Amino acid sequence: MNVLVCVKRVPLTGGKIVLTEDERAISTRHLGFTISPHEECGAEEAVRLVEAGGGTSTVLTLGPPEAEEQLRDMMAIGVDRAVHLVTDGGEWDPQATAAAIVAAIRAEPERYDLILFGNESADAGNYQVAIRVAHALGLPCVTGVKGLSVAGGTVRCEQETADGSDVFVVALPAVVTVKEGLNLPRYPSVPGRLRAKRKPLTASTPARPDPRLEMVRLVLPPGMGKQAEVLGRGPEAAPAVVGVLRGLGLV
Amino acid sequence: MTVMVFVEHADDELSQQALTFAQGIRPGLGDELHAVLVGAPAAPSLAAYGVSVAHLVEGLDAYAPAAWAQAIVELAGRTAPAAVVGPGSDRGNEVLAHVAAKTDQPMAANCVSVTSGDPASVLRVRWGGSLLEEARLRGSPMLLTVAPHAVTAAALAEPAELVTESFTPSVSDLDLRACVSERAGAVTAGVSLADADVVVSGGRGVGSAEGFAVIEELAELLGGAVGCSRAVTSAGWRPHTDQVGQTGTKISPEIYIACGISGATQHMAGCKGAKRLLAINPDGEASIFANADYAVIGDLHEVVPAISAEIRKARST
Repeated sequence: MNVLVCVKRVPLTGGKIVLTEDERAISTRHLGFTISPHEECGAEEAVRLVEAGGGTSTVLTLGPPEAEEQLRDMMAIGVDRAVHLVTDGGEWDPQATAAAIVAAIRAEPERYDLILFGNESADAGNYQVAIRVAHALGLPCVTGVKGLSVAGGTVRCEQETADGSDVFVVALPAVVTVKEGLNLPRYPSVPGRLRAKRKPLTASTPARPDPRLEMVRLVLPPGMGKQAEVLGRGPEAAPAVVGVLRGLGLV
Repeated sequence: MTVMVFVEHADDELSQQALTFAQGIRPGLGDELHAVLVGAPAAPSLAAYGVSVAHLVEGLDAYAPAAWAQAIVELAGRTAPAAVVGPGSDRGNEVLAHVAAKTDQPMAANCVSVTSGDPASVLRVRWGGSLLEEARLRGSPMLLTVAPHAVTAAALAEPAELVTESFTPSVSDLDLRACVSERAGAVTAGVSLADADVVVSGGRGVGSAEGFAVIEELAELLGGAVGCSRAVTSAGWRPHTDQVGQTGTKISPEIYIACGISGATQHMAGCKGAKRLLAINPDGEASIFANADYAVIGDLHEVVPAISAEIRKARST
């Protein structure tokens, strides 16, 4: 089966977020880049499905030229090929993102049996690109999946709920969004990284339509930077900790 | 003009927050608050939250997000609401996204506030709450979900007069392709992480799977649950079900004891609901201290057993 997984390059935020001067992005001067943990599990699942059942795995991203790094990372863990929709780094809203992905999927020579996304992007968290893509392609969509198995032309999906899971069985082709916990993604090996450099990457430059959900600026939420009360250093702090716990009725 | 709210259940907290949020935008927009419930009964509490018309969608009891969205699209077609609002829950975000896809309208997920206008102006959460975004929303109707706990659910002093109307949408087979066919229960042992009053978590500083023995011991003494950071699940020391964070479990205990956790935004997004945070870390500059109420600077392998011993001592006297 042919599996496509869509990912998004995002900054690897540390403990503190610093904004750029225009307040329209996170300052990444001292940061590396990654993709959402959900998407890492999606890429791992794509590789596993192709390892088990044959076919090809493809990773797609819409992002700046530098996002090739994330595509190579996913090819290093075993994804066969990549599609890069190159942007100038500006913000694309969910409708524009979905439209560009749909156009790219339609332009591909091969048909995908399964199109995977992360449940939501790590940064914007719009919760809708996959659903828009499914709708435009006329495919069923299941979201928030933490258990996935393919058999007999269908995919069985377990969607996490507060008290267990809801099970959906849908015919392929289908769109599925996954959550971290679906699997434990492998780390890329050195030979995997070397192979990834030679794997095929198709790049194109879609035009960005006017945004209908337009980011104006980012704001750091209030209430950060509390002043912690230091209870002590090392094991000598234990009585003070128990004092706090006693105050809460726990001791 | 009306404002239409997708209500998962009349007693559902996030749905009540969505109704409260919709109350807040209604005076600028419309006269009536309509609720849409699928396979859930109407209840007097809807009137208390200002709902004057409850549309009870029939024939779609099993969860089928595209079909549920189709019902909302048809009802919105009849009443032409200024806004369709949903709770910022898994289902709220999913159903509203289907409404958005079907109607080709923009949608803003997890909003904290909205100011109507053309375009409307929304404040919404990013990065699991580590960052906010001011955005312009150019859609009609406005489609948005309400960030969990961005508003406190508040009943009105004067309940509305509630009318219930049943509605059967014309759903196509295409909308029913993704439909819940069975429900599986969770395998639960001990205190659930999401509901625990006390959570004791370990991070990279724990060092190994075996190192969690001291964390488990303290959690058990306090009747709490064990959590961990993403570094720990990635290393395979604990299952993902223990992970606290943006892509793990969101917790809201009375006290959160974070041991050997540096405090990356990914982790803090999962524990910002904690009433109090006690951080134990050998690095006095660790960013978790900037979000902590109480700090112990030291090695968790020494500090945590000392706390457990002190609790035992206190309880035996």
